[in-house]
Amino acid sequence: MPFELETAANPGSLRRVVIEPVTRVEGHGKVTILLDNDDHVQQVRLHIVEFRGFEKFVQGRPYWEVPVMVQRLCGICPVSHHLAAAKAMDQIVGAHHVSPTADKIRRLMHYGQILQSHALHFFHLSSPDLLFGFDSDVAKRNIVGVAAEHPEIATQGVLLRKYGQEVIRVTAGKRVHGTGAIPGGVNKVVTVAERDELLADAYQVVAWSRAAVHLAKKLHLANVGLYNSFGAFRSNMLSLVAADGAMDLYHGVLRARDDAGRIIFDGVNYDRYWDQLTEEVKPWSYMKFPFIRSLGPEAGWYKVGPLARVQNCDHIPTPLADAERREFIDFGGGQPIHATLAFHWARMIEMLFAAESIKDLLHDDDILGGELVTTGERQERGVGVIEAPRGTLIHHYRVNEDDQIVRANLIVSTTHNNQAMNESIRQVAKRYLDGRQLTEGLLNHIEVAIRAFDPCLSCATHALGKMPLVVELVDAGGERIDAVVRNGDGVCVGG
Amino acid sequence: MNVDLQRPVFVLDGVDVPFTTGQTVMQAALAAGHYIPHLCYHPEFKPHGSCKVCTVRVNGQTFASCTLPAQPGMEVESNTDELNDKRRTLVQMLFVEGNHFCPGCEKSGNCLLQAVAYDLGVMSAELDHLFPNRPIDASHPDVLLEFNRCILCELCIRASAEIDGKSVFALSGRGITKHLIVNAESGRLADTDIALTDKAMEVCPVGVILPKRVGFRVPIGQRRFDASPISAQALEDAPRTPAPRARGQA
Repeated sequence: MPFELETAANPGSLRRVVIEPVTRVEGHGKVTILLDNDDHVQQVRLHIVEFRGFEKFVQGRPYWEVPVMVQRLCGICPVSHHLAAAKAMDQIVGAHHVSPTADKIRRLMHYGQILQSHALHFFHLSSPDLLFGFDSDVAKRNIVGVAAEHPEIATQGVLLRKYGQEVIRVTAGKRVHGTGAIPGGVNKVVTVAERDELLADAYQVVAWSRAAVHLAKKLHLANVGLYNSFGAFRSNMLSLVAADGAMDLYHGVLRARDDAGRIIFDGVNYDRYWDQLTEEVKPWSYMKFPFIRSLGPEAGWYKVGPLARVQNCDHIPTPLADAERREFIDFGGGQPIHATLAFHWARMIEMLFAAESIKDLLHDDDILGGELVTTGERQERGVGVIEAPRGTLIHHYRVNEDDQIVRANLIVSTTHNNQAMNESIRQVAKRYLDGRQLTEGLLNHIEVAIRAFDPCLSCATHALGKMPLVVELVDAGGERIDAVVRNGDGVCVGG
Repeated sequence: MNVDLQRPVFVLDGVDVPFTTGQTVMQAALAAGHYIPHLCYHPEFKPHGSCKVCTVRVNGQTFASCTLPAQPGMEVESNTDELNDKRRTLVQMLFVEGNHFCPGCEKSGNCLLQAVAYDLGVMSAELDHLFPNRPIDASHPDVLLEFNRCILCELCIRASAEIDGKSVFALSGRGITKHLIVNAESGRLADTDIALTDKAMEVCPVGVILPKRVGFRVPIGQRRFDASPISAQALEDAPRTPAPRARGQA
């Protein structure tokens, strides 16, 4: 058995607890927990049960439609899919380097996306758990409760997200599901009026983002024992970095470190990502399990996202965020930080990086005019990789001579974190659920661990902290012996 | 002297509309600044009357206003709840009969079907989608044929035959199986003589006939119907006449 608690030796004799649905973006996931007669946890699995199908139904479509179409994978980070697909289509049209104007407008769009998504995740989705406690009153454990008790924090969260959405609107045409990036470049520049409007608030956004880092750090340090140990596990880490090792969330080369921080590979051109990364299929989940090819599935899995990126890079190219990064690294005392809840601290450092980057780009006149589209020799294959808010996002397409997509492979951030999230909830289940009677508060511990990764599954119905859950106790014969239902309004009722 | 005083008039929704003998109700109404919703009507082509979106009521009977000759004194109802309900249903039927996925369609913002739907207040299809299987034809090096969006308006057929002199397009089949075909033994657009400069390339009201590799080049905010609704723009297509007199006005 490769992973502890992944597969019980005798599942047929165990009681089964199911958390379903745990919502993925526009879809569903579930957690199953198998308990023995003494309520000891024997098996825990996070399943993504939804079949998405985008890789299939994009086939046959004209390639220039894809960057707009694939955005519909997600309502929270559509820009990430938009840009990853556009970068792949750059290769299809032979634009190996887009113009400085196109590059900077896309970066502006992307950092707007990072800002709004990280603000949404930290303030709207996770701060209720972190500010009130994991098993606090469920009626208060939501953004409305935060607004009542901490109005300044809630207001800043809402306004930070709004600002990120405005950056997206200016660069993509709409706050959600725009069309700004096209194969080989962009379809618009930023007007002087738009630039001035955004610049007016840019410094305030940097200040609020810095305050958010301090809040996340304060929460971590105030309860360092819990935050360092909750759902913690050691793993490899993967992300893009710039060629010089700096943090770059838009473009770069692949770098992986092991759990001790040693380089596994570095400077890898993502055009042939499959030389380094491959995927394993398991019979109990629709989501694949990626791993580093040279290490194999048991040792080669990794985590992606803020916690990996902040520790994978050598420095952050904006001063305030880099100062926070150094403090974060120092907190690890020379060792990589593998605490699941440290994702939040790292995420806020990235949000500060995004805010500073937006401010800098708004001072760059290249965004106001210049060449929009570049083309070159047509190619059959295009690979686009970007660091989405949740982690590394890979789009890979093949296009026939009639301009139609014939093959697509998308490895999204949540898929990269599949094994990592399973490890984290197993740690939580073992520590908090083992041998105990289940309550809503205990179940929320599982969600807190899932939420720390900011996976797509926390995006939809969980937006107000009231993810609908059905927990069933089923005996070995499959008969339901007990159930607790939490409705969409957060009210728990007996089964 | 007002030339309109010498022209015959009909009454449209209580307003006198002057017309010239030979004009249809649609032509006269648009020329006088009155919008009647329509899809298959195009001012450069002989009226066709197939989509029925322009249906009006005269003496209790319904007619396609694009083919109905204007006559002195006729009382025409157009902008009524009953007729607009029927128009909405017709547009909804067009949506569910094909595969219209506006979120990923490059014609979004420039599409007449979408624009008419928005203008009529169609917010959802409401009817069951048929989800027909209509493979696209990407064989031509410069032109994409996306059959999923065809509403059988025949504008491309008329343009290709009457202006381009090529007859690239035709309809085949009957009833629900009726569909657009191209004039080639292989059935492939690549084997026709269509060219990017053809009139047939510019008349498609929806996203069926598309020049390749230019989709989404026009940003949101600069697309045709980002500026104003189709009810305002359709009037610009018609030659204008002096504003009509309200009924009873001296």
